[in-house]
Amino acid sequence: MAVDLSDPYKARAHARSKHGTVIGAMPTIPVSGAKNLPLDVVAADLLWDETIGAGEYCSRVLRRGSRLRLINLNGDGCVNFLVFNADHPVERLNIADTVKVQWNAYLSEGKLLLSDMGRVLMSMTRDTCGQHDTFCGASNEKSNRQKYGSGENHSPHPSGRDRFLIALLKHGLGKKDIAPNVNFFKGVKIDPAGNTIFNASSGKPGDLIELRAEMNVLVVIANTPHVLDPRTTYVATDVRVLARRGTVTPQTDSIRNASPENQRAFENTEDYYL
Amino acid sequence: MKTVYEFTIPARAPWSRLVKAGQTLRIIDLQGNQAVDCLLYNALDATERYSAQDTIARQGNIFLTTGTNLISNEGNVMMQIIADTCGRHDTIGGACSCESNTLRYGHHTKHQHACVENFVYELGQHDLGKRDTVSNINWFMNVPVEADGALGIVDGISAPGKYIDLQAEMDTLVVISNCPQINNPCNGFNPTPVRVIITE
Repeated sequence: MAVDLSDPYKARAHARSKHGTVIGAMPTIPVSGAKNLPLDVVAADLLWDETIGAGEYCSRVLRRGSRLRLINLNGDGCVNFLVFNADHPVERLNIADTVKVQWNAYLSEGKLLLSDMGRVLMSMTRDTCGQHDTFCGASNEKSNRQKYGSGENHSPHPSGRDRFLIALLKHGLGKKDIAPNVNFFKGVKIDPAGNTIFNASSGKPGDLIELRAEMNVLVVIANTPHVLDPRTTYVATDVRVLARRGTVTPQTDSIRNASPENQRAFENTEDYYL
Repeated sequence: MKTVYEFTIPARAPWSRLVKAGQTLRIIDLQGNQAVDCLLYNALDATERYSAQDTIARQGNIFLTTGTNLISNEGNVMMQIIADTCGRHDTIGGACSCESNTLRYGHHTKHQHACVENFVYELGQHDLGKRDTVSNINWFMNVPVEADGALGIVDGISAPGKYIDLQAEMDTLVVISNCPQINNPCNGFNPTPVRVIITE
């Protein structure tokens, strides 16, 4: 039924009547109203609670010591993830250094996300999934058009790359700042011949990872189907993003001291903040 | 087919050159096991550049060899490998930097020359900079991935005279760092010159 919105008063009343609408994928503002918190998360520590659905994205600056939890609510999300030094974003995640310095390409609990300046941006303090991808990056308009029939940012099938771009533009950054990314909750392994093996069922409902910010970071998070996902329907189920306050990593931390490479990465980071 | 340009890139040095659509760039590993770090840019719009992740996703394999299309961040073919006498090349190992050297080998390596130094210097000649140093190719470098995800730069499979031919599908700015690394086997612990030849 058509609503009578023939004057500004009616239009205003109509707009205001939407207040309080709750949907599945949205931010909780103020965050103190966050519901269904995990048992180990204290409401008073919360900084951010936002759920993103298929094709959606969010971004935020998190202070050093903050904990960022990503929850794969229904098990079929795919988080495309970039992270920058928030104070000086020309320093950013370097995937090649991340895998090379740690002598391993598969991310899991205890692994670091390293910057291109020899420092730790974030460390992975929890991971119940164990299936992630450092090889394949984000979809682009062309790859989505091929798979889904359309791939423009305004279409129902926006690409991971375009979601990154828009998020970055809002921080004064741009195309040049889209470096290689991580995909969380969708696994890609490499066989002996070098082939990429996509694990279509890598996520399960409730899987989570937690990342500890070791620097002041800008995180950019999109939820788009993995570029190797063979399905021709655009599927990425809701992912919840929860961040909370935390303390800066002490020098006794077990991840910090797990290897000489980790130690030097943390030393460089601690040196930066002197 | 005629040669329009040839040059021997000294050990440890940067190099860059426009390779026009249809031209072929040959890179020759003169003395064997010399890693050649390489970035590619669309010469008309440098925000379009080589993307290791797009290249890997497109071909479903981490190794580059004959037939590999080198894909840009926009999903376009920039160059194609039309000949490869080495066998396979790396695109996941990245470029060595002073900063990453400190993590891999120790703080004492901070002031050693590195590929990122070459890249930013050479990009600076084209009014590009650090934001433009993205994922790269390592010609003649060997980086296997084991079943548990373990990876590393290991002894090379190249030899004196091995080469690759890259046919440009678009006007491509090719930027090279003839890798100066002396802490791992990518250059056999002895950086050496490489030869580049452009034909059309």
